[in-house]
Parts: sequence; structure tokens; C-alpha cells
Amino acid sequence: MDFSSLDPVAMMVLLIGAATPILLAAIGELVVEKAGVLNLGVEGMMIIGAVTGFIAATTTGSPMLGLLAAALGGAAVSMLFAFLTQYLLSSQVATGLALTLFGLGLAALMGTSYNGIKPPRMARLEVEGVSDIPVVGELFFSHDPVIYFSLFLVFAVWYFLNRTRSGLVLRACGENHDAAHSLGYNVQLIRFGAIMFGGACAGLGGAYVSLVRVPQWTEGMTAGVGWIALAIVVFAAWKPWRVILGAYMFGGITILQLSLQALGVSISGAYLSMTPYIVTIVVLVIMSADRKRASLNAPACLGTSFHASH
Amino acid sequence: MKFTKTLAAAAAMGFALAGSAYAGSHGEPVKAGFIYVGPVGDLGWSYEHDQGRLEVEEHFGDAVETSFVESVPEGADAERVMTQMARSGVDIIFTTSFGYMDPTLNVAENFPDVVFEHATGYKRADNVSTYSARFYEGRHVIGLIAGSMTETNQVGYIASFPIPEVVRGINAAYLAAKSVNPDVEFKVVWVYTWFDPGKEADAANALIEQGVDVIMQHTDSPAAMTIAEEKGVMAFGQASDMMAFGPTARLSSIIDNWGPYYVARVQAVMDGTWESTDTWDGIAPGMVEIGAFSDRIPADVQALAQAASDAIAAGDLHPFTGPINKQDGSAWLAAGETADDGTLAGMNFYVEGISGDLPN
Repeated sequence: MDFSSLDPVAMMVLLIGAATPILLAAIGELVVEKAGVLNLGVEGMMIIGAVTGFIAATTTGSPMLGLLAAALGGAAVSMLFAFLTQYLLSSQVATGLALTLFGLGLAALMGTSYNGIKPPRMARLEVEGVSDIPVVGELFFSHDPVIYFSLFLVFAVWYFLNRTRSGLVLRACGENHDAAHSLGYNVQLIRFGAIMFGGACAGLGGAYVSLVRVPQWTEGMTAGVGWIALAIVVFAAWKPWRVILGAYMFGGITILQLSLQALGVSISGAYLSMTPYIVTIVVLVIMSADRKRASLNAPACLGTSFHASH
Repeated sequence: MKFTKTLAAAAAMGFALAGSAYAGSHGEPVKAGFIYVGPVGDLGWSYEHDQGRLEVEEHFGDAVETSFVESVPEGADAERVMTQMARSGVDIIFTTSFGYMDPTLNVAENFPDVVFEHATGYKRADNVSTYSARFYEGRHVIGLIAGSMTETNQVGYIASFPIPEVVRGINAAYLAAKSVNPDVEFKVVWVYTWFDPGKEADAANALIEQGVDVIMQHTDSPAAMTIAEEKGVMAFGQASDMMAFGPTARLSSIIDNWGPYYVARVQAVMDGTWESTDTWDGIAPGMVEIGAFSDRIPADVQALAQAASDAIAAGDLHPFTGPINKQDGSAWLAAGETADDGTLAGMNFYVEGISGDLPN
């Protein structure tokens, strides 16, 4: 077996491509959940982002406008969820599932005339002199801008949640919405904003699939990435940095197993395909073994509706 | 995930039922239901089955009424969807994925008055027929092209699940490629899904990294074709032509043509002549079509592929003609011997020359 033909740089590029949609959607959902809202519609928002981003990018010829449209599209459908759950107080679980179904259907309808079209390619960020450095340059300085943005977003979310007053208020809504309300904060409005942010991130993640990872539009093409993003948030124990770990690990194992198969390593593909899920389960088991810590991490008001009676 | 699919299925059934309420005034049309494993817009496998459904509608007009449920996971959910469909008064149900095999038989047992048609399976009952296409005939033709066209002598194969249907395709393609290029090697990647464009694209990329310059696939989306186009390698359309996704990369394609079969079976239900049968048609009756050859393929290779296709259609050539050994070197077919359908239907071994272990 010649492992030297496994090019770590090429694998890294593939890994990042597989991990970035998960990372974007998960970091958005993390903020939503930190505000106390459980939005199970990530998959639906992603596919809407995938189709709106694709339509905008092919119509305007600009991938950047595509990404912008994807974020707006994702945020727009998330407002539907926000309106239903925050003002009409519908069940978050049922509404989230409905949002996924709605998103998949609407995206299929919107995308019917966009089959078989090639989207404009996203340019890679090339830094003069630096990107050409062997290995290091290729590994760290030759990706498309979305990848750097996604990592920056994780940092920004961490900073916002842990180092700013607004972040503290948002977390307060997630931990005890009655207390936040009695202090004069508008819980509904704050949650509305968090849901929109989550929608925009999911939309971006979806567009990354349709514009970069598989540059094409096919119905249902996100194929469950949204659900993995939801699991990664729990895996990360609602900590932004761990979302990177979760998303990259999941993407990494997926790519590693495909690459090993292409190399001809005779490990049963079934086991390799299972690995990311098994690792996720093991980590979840280890994490939840300490019951006190696990319950400390989850926002206390996660998934409960808030209704101001006065 | 499963929960939402079930909801989706239930919602779709609701629409199907609502739709059928209108038909009462036109007498009693035959109702045909279809269950798809992917979205009808996958532009591959499920898309072609739905084209067959549309052909049924077009052929019979008001005399028939069709409904479908898409993206139904294989397993328990499929059983629920079929049960709902059977309860809604559908006369004939086409279940169009291998993994629907046991669910189809279970549901068929409870609804003796409804007839079922299961694609690519091998278990039948009094009210369950099976049908499939001899895709391996098409694989032989594109295998010849792949073997002739590869410059790196590395052909990549994105495989879904290790079931006889898929294994047969790999063997047929490999034997054909090897017959024109003794140095050819196949790299097989199992992705364990029928439809996941992201993963299919990743698999294509991983194969290209390993030096593959021709990609074949047994998954349902055009993702691999898109990647092949982008990376400048060659590929074949699978189930659908997929020309739009790889104008340069696409060499040819295997196209599934289910329409005539669906029309015939619905006709049989109308006439009351439906019987449980096992249909396995190939290039000759047109169930398997070979897509137009790309201009990239040199004339002599085109002629070779066309001749093979014609010979298969005429019954003069069988893609599995001995001498063929199994992967472990043991003899399978003696010189001149051809494989029987039983062995082909249950094929669970690689032929000699393919490296790597076949997952079980």
C-alpha cells in the first residue's frame, strides 16, 4: 500500500469543503439555541440558501452576490419560523420540522429551471508570495473566502456571546427568559434576531454546497447536512470553538474514509462510513456521563415558548 | 431525519388523496402509485422512473390516475408509505428501489387485491412482480469506452451499496475495460447512499486525487459528472444522460427507459391479465439505452462500442462469457460459457483482477 500518494494538502482541501457547510449551519444554530430557541428547520433553511444562492449567482454572474442572496433567503424563511414560534407561540419542534419540509418543497419548486446550469466559480484567495509556499501556503492560504469567513464567524460568535453585554443578554434569554423579561429585555425581539442570524448562517452553508462543494443545483442536494449541524451543536456542548472541532472531525473522517477507499485500503467501507456517527455518539456519551456538567451546558429554556402575560 | 421523511410522505399522501377525490366523475380510472427513493428532481434514477410515470399518464389520459411519493427511505418508513397508498385505493404500486424489497412483500401480503411491482429485487409473490433492467449490458458498452479512453489506466467507480445489482455493474464494466486494455485498474469507492450529491462529489474528488481519469458511478445524482467536468476528467451519465452537467467530460451514458414497461403493466391491470412475473430486459427491448457517443471518442472506439451494443441487442454477445475467474482465482465460467440469470441476480463476488475486498 502506497500511502505516499495520499496528498495531505489535497485531502485538507476536500475536508474543509465537506466541513464548511456543517460549520456555518452549526454556528448559526448555536446562537439560536443559546437564545433558548430550538429550530429544527436547519435543513430547510440550508436548501433554501442553496437554491437562492444558486439562482442569484447564475443570474448575476457573481458568487459573492449569490452568497449574499443565500444568507437573505435563509434569514427570510427563518422569519416564518420566528413569527410562528415567537408571536403565535406554536411548538418549536413541530414548526421546525415543518420548516424543513416547507424549505425542501419550496426549493425544489424554485430550482426547477436551474438544472444543469453551471454557477460562476468562486475565486480562491491568493496572497502574493505566501500562497505559493509549498504545503503551508497551500494548506492555509489558498482557500476560498467563505472558509476564512466561517472561521472568523466562529470567533465573532464566541466574542459576542462571552465578551459583550449584548451576548450576555442573549444568553440570559436562553437561560431564564422570565428573568430577562423582568429586567426589561424584549425576549421576543432578541430571539427573533437570533433566529434570523441562524437562518442566514444556514443559508450560507447551503449555498456553499451548491456553489462550491458540488457546483450544481439538484433537488434535496443538502441531503441531511442540516441534521448533522444540529447534532454538532449538542456535540459541541454549545461552545463555539468545539463546533469547529465537531464539523472538521465529521468532515475529516468522511473524506479520510473515501480517500482510503480510493487508495485501495481494504477496510470495510461500511465501518468507515459509520465512523463519524460512532465517534459523535461516543463523544455524546462521554459528555453526558457527567450529568451535572451536561445539564449546565444546555440553555435552561431551550425549546420553551415565552409569553409575556403583561 | 426519518421522522421528517415520514411526515413528508404523509403530507404527500394527503395531496395524493385530495387529488384522487376529483377523479370520481370520470368513471373508474386505474390508479397507479409510485414510490421513489430520491427526489424526482435528482436527474438520475428517480427522475427516470418519474418520466415513466408521466409516460403512463400521457398514454392512458383520463383512464389512469397516478400518484407518487418521493424521497422515501428504504426500510420501515417505506412500509408505512406503501400501506397508506394501498389503503387509498391504488390498484398497482411500483416500488422503485432495491431496499423496498421486504417492505413490498410485507405490505403485499396485507393487500391481496393490490398488485405490486418491485424494481431490481428478486423476491416475488402472487401479487408481487419484479422487474429490472440489464444495466450490465450497458456497463459492458461503457466499460469498453472507459478502457479505451483512460490514459492513466485508472478507472474510478463510485458505488452505492454492495448489492448484486451494483457488483454486477462493476464486474461487467471491468471485464469489458480489461478486454480492450489489459493494464486497466478499477478503484471502487463505496459511499453507502443512493443520493447525496455532497458525498458523491467528495468521492469523485478523492478518486481523481488518486490518478483516476475516467469515472463511473452507480449513484443517483449528477454530482460526480459536475466534478469530472471541473477537474477535466471523463465520466458517464448514469440513469439519465447528464449531458448538461458535463458537456466535455461526458463520454456516453446508460439511460433507463421504464415508460414502455409501466404502460404495459398498467394495461395488464386494466385488462385483468396482470400476473406475477419477473422481467429483466436489456438493450434489445430498449429498457437500457446507450446515450450518444461524445465526439471525443475516436471513431474506432465508437465503432467497437456500437458493435458491442448491437451484438448484445441481437443476442450474439453476453457480457459475462467465459473464461472468467472469481477474484480469488477460482474458476467461475469455462471458455465460451455464459452466466445464467440466477447467478447474475445474486452476484456477490468480484471477478479476477479487481483489487480490494467486496464489503458484505
